[in-house]
Amino acid sequence: MSARTLFEKIWDAHVVATETVDTPAVLYIDLHLVHEVTSPQAFSELRERDLKLRRPDRTLATLDHSTPTLPAQANGERPYANAEAKAQVAQLETNCREFGVKLYGWDSSDRGIVHVIGPELGATQPGMTIVCGDSHTSTHGAFGALAFGIGTTEVGHVMATQCLLQRKPKTFAIHVDGKLPRGVGAKDLILHIIGEIGVDGGTGHVLEYRGAAIEALSMEERMTICNMSIEAGARAGLIAPDETTFAWLKGRPNVPQGAAWDAAVQRWRGLHSDVDAVYDREVRIDASQVRPTVTYGTHPGMAIAMDKPIPAARNAQEQRALDYMQGKPNQPMQGTAVDVVFIGSCTNSRLSDLREAANVLRGRHIASGVRMLVVPGSEAVRRDAEREGLHDVFLAAGAEWRIPGCSMCIAMNGDLAQPGQLVVSTSNRNFEGRQGKGARTVLASPATAAASAIAGAIADPREYLTEAAA
Amino acid sequence: MTSVTRIHSRTAVLVDENIDTDRIIPARFLTTTERSGLGKHCFQDWRYLQDGSDNPDFPLNKPAARGCGILVAGRNFGCGSSREHAPWALLDYGIQAVLCSEIADIFRGNALKNGLLAIVLDDAEHNWLLKNPGIELSIDVREQAIELPDGGRIHFQLEPFARHCLLNGVDQLGFLLQQADAITHYEQQQEKAA
Repeated sequence: MSARTLFEKIWDAHVVATETVDTPAVLYIDLHLVHEVTSPQAFSELRERDLKLRRPDRTLATLDHSTPTLPAQANGERPYANAEAKAQVAQLETNCREFGVKLYGWDSSDRGIVHVIGPELGATQPGMTIVCGDSHTSTHGAFGALAFGIGTTEVGHVMATQCLLQRKPKTFAIHVDGKLPRGVGAKDLILHIIGEIGVDGGTGHVLEYRGAAIEALSMEERMTICNMSIEAGARAGLIAPDETTFAWLKGRPNVPQGAAWDAAVQRWRGLHSDVDAVYDREVRIDASQVRPTVTYGTHPGMAIAMDKPIPAARNAQEQRALDYMQGKPNQPMQGTAVDVVFIGSCTNSRLSDLREAANVLRGRHIASGVRMLVVPGSEAVRRDAEREGLHDVFLAAGAEWRIPGCSMCIAMNGDLAQPGQLVVSTSNRNFEGRQGKGARTVLASPATAAASAIAGAIADPREYLTEAAA
Repeated sequence: MTSVTRIHSRTAVLVDENIDTDRIIPARFLTTTERSGLGKHCFQDWRYLQDGSDNPDFPLNKPAARGCGILVAGRNFGCGSSREHAPWALLDYGIQAVLCSEIADIFRGNALKNGLLAIVLDDAEHNWLLKNPGIELSIDVREQAIELPDGGRIHFQLEPFARHCLLNGVDQLGFLLQQADAITHYEQQQEKAA
């Protein structure tokens, strides 16, 4: 067989019926992740057609998008944004009961953001195909799984048949050579990459991140990278599994144990692009040139090192974005006044992200007038963070410590910024109004977000890091 | 799905590039458990002023754009989230086709599955349409051609299976359900290999 990319190996292993001119391939899906927002109409479709859910054992559900991040009141009532949000959550609870789907709901000690708990539970494994009615499903590509977001109609297809009709996407290698400088992390790198290839640079492609700088990343950092593949328009992002991946997964609840584990690792070791494999596109990035990076416009492709001057608008769209952001051409983003800081989301709400922010905040206080929200990605992250005392660091610094959920990333649960406010956010999208109508979002790393909260203005975290923490 | 064979309408233009799904339908309206009724919130934060009245600067609020079923939008329309609420909202608002030089992957797939024609054109054709709002177009799905008022034609490509489903008013799930034997066979092979 000729040399294949990692993507092609996973794709080929999941083809139930091959693609023809007239019909797309029938692709088998190993794991289907479900949440309350994009599933109700799909469950309704099953009911209307009198269909069963084909593989409840390959389906996992949780509550994350519409859920409040303030705890339940004494009477057990949860502070939902509105009655519709409450009803949507209740609907998923009912649907999961009726169709036999395991729900990591309010009563579960493992509930959390869908892309945080999949890996935590070991449900995400190398070589799998994984889908969810959520574009940030690309996160799971960090494990060498082909993972991508789908619409609600396709959610119904997977529920009924465990398959999807798909045309084979193209491949795009992102080689990241060299070493990230001290105090510069995965979030800076992925913002830099999207700034380089553009907000639509990956359209029609599956990205494969590779090279020395990628191999050096932890699993949490790799998830941050793959998570934002969709922000370059890509179908998915992949990183070949290696010893870092296997060590991270070993012993997790859903992974094979004992001899079966050894056999699985043996199989997973073959999941890498062959030396002579050909990609449709390739680009090289020098990690040593990456600096703390933030966005300055209204899509993630408008990203720049925070100390570099904002470029002048090249067209009316960019001017509109700069006007919305109240950005000043030829001025750097560093030093821009901040109203709100959000640490959370499927991009940056894992334990290592919270540690990164806490390392900057420890012994310091956020600037007066700044509101800071820290929302752990899952109950497990919350437990671990509290065990380490990270919540004490955040609370002492003047931040709010919430319960897990998507929160201010998508701002549909009541956690939102006010019109005109500037939010430094560790999330993934800086679209107009994403974090509240009229709110202005600047995407950044957890360290940059924490430093900016202290300074009350966008700040370089390297000035706040001790030798030990950096 | 009802069949879509031909769309005849005037064009409305949104020249902005990268119109994301949050702009098409803001996330706060995603708490619905239905597909219907989202049209009134389509482009909500662009379309209405603070007091709830129509924003006169929103291009689709201009008298000439009222009732137009064909939207010509700037490059990379529909980027961002996977929410199918975006095509549901556009259809409910009265948009039947989106013409663009590049359409985000997930949005395009979602649109076609709901009978919203998401059509990718060459840069030159796209630019011409962006500069000529309000013209009458006739989109022929079978011929994969857009007929212009002067008799000219612009050809486009639809994914053949999506086109088949549009023309025949069938959905993809029916086809997938017919694959049940092949799917069972695949699952048995996987279990044996494990």
